[in-house]
Amino acid sequence: MTPNDTKPSAVTVRGLVKHYGETRALDGVDLEVREGTVMGVLGPNGAGKTTLVRILSTLLTPDAGHATVAGYDVVRQPRQLRRVIGLTGQYASVDEKLPGWENLYLIGRLLDLPRKEARARADELLERFSLTEAARRPARTYSGGMRRRLDLAASMIGRPAVLYLDEPTTGLDPRTRNEVWDEVKAMVGDGVTVLLTTQYMEEAEQLASELTVVDRGKVIANGAVEELKAKVGGRTLRVRPADPLQLRPLAGMLDELGITGLAATTVDTKAGSLLVPVLSDEQLTAAVGAVTARGITISSITTELPSLDEVFLSLTGHRASAPQDARPADSREEVAV
Amino acid sequence: MSAHPSPTTTLNEALRAAPSDVTATVATSKADARIPLRAHVRHTGALVRRNLLWIRQDPESMFDAILFPVIFTLLFVYVFGGSIGQSLGGGQQQYVQYIVPGLMAMMGMNLAQSVGTGFNQDFNSGVMDRFRSLPIGRGSVLFAKISVELVRMLIATTILMVVGVLVGFEIENWPGLFAAVGLSAVFGSALMWVFLTLGVVMKNAQSVQAMGFLVLMPLQFGSSIFAPPGTMPGWLRTFTEYNPLSALADAARGLMTHGPVAHGLWLTLAWSAGITAVMAPVAIHKFRTKT
Repeated sequence: MTPNDTKPSAVTVRGLVKHYGETRALDGVDLEVREGTVMGVLGPNGAGKTTLVRILSTLLTPDAGHATVAGYDVVRQPRQLRRVIGLTGQYASVDEKLPGWENLYLIGRLLDLPRKEARARADELLERFSLTEAARRPARTYSGGMRRRLDLAASMIGRPAVLYLDEPTTGLDPRTRNEVWDEVKAMVGDGVTVLLTTQYMEEAEQLASELTVVDRGKVIANGAVEELKAKVGGRTLRVRPADPLQLRPLAGMLDELGITGLAATTVDTKAGSLLVPVLSDEQLTAAVGAVTARGITISSITTELPSLDEVFLSLTGHRASAPQDARPADSREEVAV
Repeated sequence: MSAHPSPTTTLNEALRAAPSDVTATVATSKADARIPLRAHVRHTGALVRRNLLWIRQDPESMFDAILFPVIFTLLFVYVFGGSIGQSLGGGQQQYVQYIVPGLMAMMGMNLAQSVGTGFNQDFNSGVMDRFRSLPIGRGSVLFAKISVELVRMLIATTILMVVGVLVGFEIENWPGLFAAVGLSAVFGSALMWVFLTLGVVMKNAQSVQAMGFLVLMPLQFGSSIFAPPGTMPGWLRTFTEYNPLSALADAARGLMTHGPVAHGLWLTLAWSAGITAVMAPVAIHKFRTKT
């Protein structure tokens, strides 16, 4: 149970099924997103994430099951539903030939804003997403990050109650990724409910409060992010001594310390660093304390989150990157954005 | 699928216990908010603006509309005009009267092809997904595209007429001229359903164009657009007789030069109705079920 359970549900998905021929892209998915929270849907390519988002934005009809968004049924009330959602696709769905401002103005008009208001809203959102200077340039001249920001701005025009972010940072460099994350956090601060799909554990941790892990069209785990992190073994502390010869003595020292519950350290000789799996903040503090207390000069010390692959391994016992022939849905997922 | 266990939490189990009714087969109910006509007009207007801005951003896209009539008219009149004109019992002047209405018939096809490729681009860029996730009628996107292409067709036709008159074309029947333009637009609109289907089904705009070329090339040249079919071998003459483009070209010729109209006119209208009846449902179905 999390404190969010008391909030009303913004998105309810029950037993959702979608086939593509013989392939079950969604195989009975259940999901609940509470108002004002960010639900991360984590899974590898072909897990069914995009199919889920497409059904929830009325672009696809489910074969079975039931889904409502802000109380509207995805199959029976598509028009009302479209009024309350914002969609940001995996590939930025802005009109590349139109200038940034025109993209936003067009969507404002299609959402029935009066001319004056559509103009004001376009100006306001360009300002907010730091695109004012590029307002009159065609979107095709934008950088990857600018395009994503324009896409986010476009999905915010109608002040949606529920926002879908379908892999918002896939293909972006780390700096641009951080920019997009900051924008998303600001949007969440305004109270919008977000359904985020991602392949990155780090992104889920940065943005989501709750997580649903999907694989091959099925939910394999869900719960609060912290809960799941504990389940999959938390973080890894990576310590690099300035002198590579100190690696093994340092490893021995940590093992001897016997910090409660601390798993065995491993030595990564190639990178010249030491890997210490830590399950809690207390363990992390103790381990860092132990390392620094010995007077060994450390050149870097970082914590790493488990990768999607590791998450999958610990949740399912198999790797996320299953053989291609086992999942023909993969190519489909990538084309169908 | 069942190979891996599903260690789900209690919340998930609670949800699964709840009855999950199947609603997939329920069609969009009448209770679903209708889009008022005025909103349709407004949406179409906003999308027309978008398509016009495309032209402003990319003026080269107008090149075909401007250059096509100029190049084709000059090419056919000066390269083939003398010799075909002679066999028509006149000279180059005779052929000008023959070819200009024929070229007019081709304008409608360009209109149809542009709508198809434009739609294809929208699907591929993901813009169509954004439109489809907005509370607008799906027809608005189509109507806007058609309106802009109709304007392009009128521009191309105007240029054709100006160039035609410069090389000696005599407009004998002004109302007939407008009727011929209208008839080309009607046939182009019917053909549009074919290209819309191609636009939705084909992978990219180049394929749509290539496919269109493959279909249109034999239709254009195996018709009475460029030369009278009188000297063609029997099988080809049969083909040209049933070719809708021949009908359209003959009707346009008749309308602009006080010639025989009825046969070509009715045949063109029949073809337009037939193509629309068959291809419109296909196009709409493909569009609706496009994932």
